[in-house]
Amino acid sequence: MPLGFSISPASEVPIFRQIMHQVQRAVASGYLKVGEQLPAVRSLAETLVLNPNTVARAYQELIREGLLESRAGRGVFVAERRQVFSEAEQARRLRHLAEQLCQEAALLGTRWGELRTLLETTWKQLQSQPESHP
Amino acid sequence: MSTPPAIEIEHLTKFYGTREIVRDLSLTVPTGSIYGFLGRNGMGKTTTIRILLGFEEPTRGRARILGEDSSRLSPATRARIGYLPEGHHVYGWMTVRECGQFQASFFPKWNQDVFEAVITHFRLEPKMKAGHLSRGQRAGLCLALTLAPEPELLVLDDPALGLDPVARRSLLQSMLYVTRQPNRTILFSSHLLSDVERVADRIAVLDGGVIRADCTVETFRQRLRHYVLKFRETPPAPPSLPGLLESFRTDHELMMTFANATPDVEARIAELRPESVEPVEMTLEDAFVSYVGERGEKTFFTHQLNGK
Repeated sequence: MPLGFSISPASEVPIFRQIMHQVQRAVASGYLKVGEQLPAVRSLAETLVLNPNTVARAYQELIREGLLESRAGRGVFVAERRQVFSEAEQARRLRHLAEQLCQEAALLGTRWGELRTLLETTWKQLQSQPESHP
Repeated sequence: MSTPPAIEIEHLTKFYGTREIVRDLSLTVPTGSIYGFLGRNGMGKTTTIRILLGFEEPTRGRARILGEDSSRLSPATRARIGYLPEGHHVYGWMTVRECGQFQASFFPKWNQDVFEAVITHFRLEPKMKAGHLSRGQRAGLCLALTLAPEPELLVLDDPALGLDPVARRSLLQSMLYVTRQPNRTILFSSHLLSDVERVADRIAVLDGGVIRADCTVETFRQRLRHYVLKFRETPPAPPSLPGLLESFRTDHELMMTFANATPDVEARIAELRPESVEPVEMTLEDAFVSYVGERGEKTFFTHQLNGK
């Protein structure tokens, strides 16, 4: 299982969203590179013991968001990065995540300096991932 | 060309004496779908299934299965249906192999490879005595006997009852394996909502003899909304709002679960002037318990949760 998916059905996060998050994480971390092929719906569904429609739904949503692309007769691939969200939508999504991060950090008693260093390190790590191949 | 539905139940009502078990139940199971049939014990699931297979006569209404009336099923149509009754009964004095041979003699079609694959999947040996099998192994044997005739429609009555996690996983894998072939349909009842969430396309929720929801798992979860309202003072009593399933009050919080929360309901919630309102995602199990739990409001019905 190349992606090391793990699914927990008894979660408040629907299964198709769990798959989406794991693909998103794999792409963001560079584990899955632009142009790389994802497991076929059938085989992933079989590995995870899921209804294939659930896996297909996750892929469809990610295609709609522009992270993946479907090539007729060949399968689903990680798409070339492009702008699918408006700037306002991008800002909205990031603001939401920033709020969550700051809330957690405040609860843990993290200081701003530490948080900034952490953000910088994480950002650099992502940037330094080996470049994607076509 | 569209395939006719595998199962069509129209206005089905069943009385045992003066007791109404099923009330005006209508349900359509499209060909090719995996349908989860949910409901608490004693809500009419098994009765509905038995009427569907022609073992009981409906008091009113009708059921059609693979296009034929359930009360007059021809042997040819019966051979296209696989039925796994509750409890996994076997003839204890036969070996696993003999069970297979016995069952095969009743069916025009018998795929020995399927039989053996399922047997192996559940780690059974052909020479084992059926009477000495564990519950999970017996379930495996029954499943093999049900799947080997390659039925177009599988009706499984609580197949996971009493199975350990490994046997349950094997059961789910077998169900998914069956539906790899086009136009294979499965109707299964279950209390294990995490299993249902894994494999079902749609669910029907039976409660008190009535279908109270007929939709995808996702729709069911989306339509049930849980809100946490925070107050500086003691929260007010929960107002009576349409679709309110349950509410719970603590010192500074009021929790409310709704079916089909409309913008109107949300506006009414805001009128309570809470400090904050937070919608909370629910698991399928939480949603189900709220929906059919003791305190659930019983005044809104299936049509509101239909569609999609």
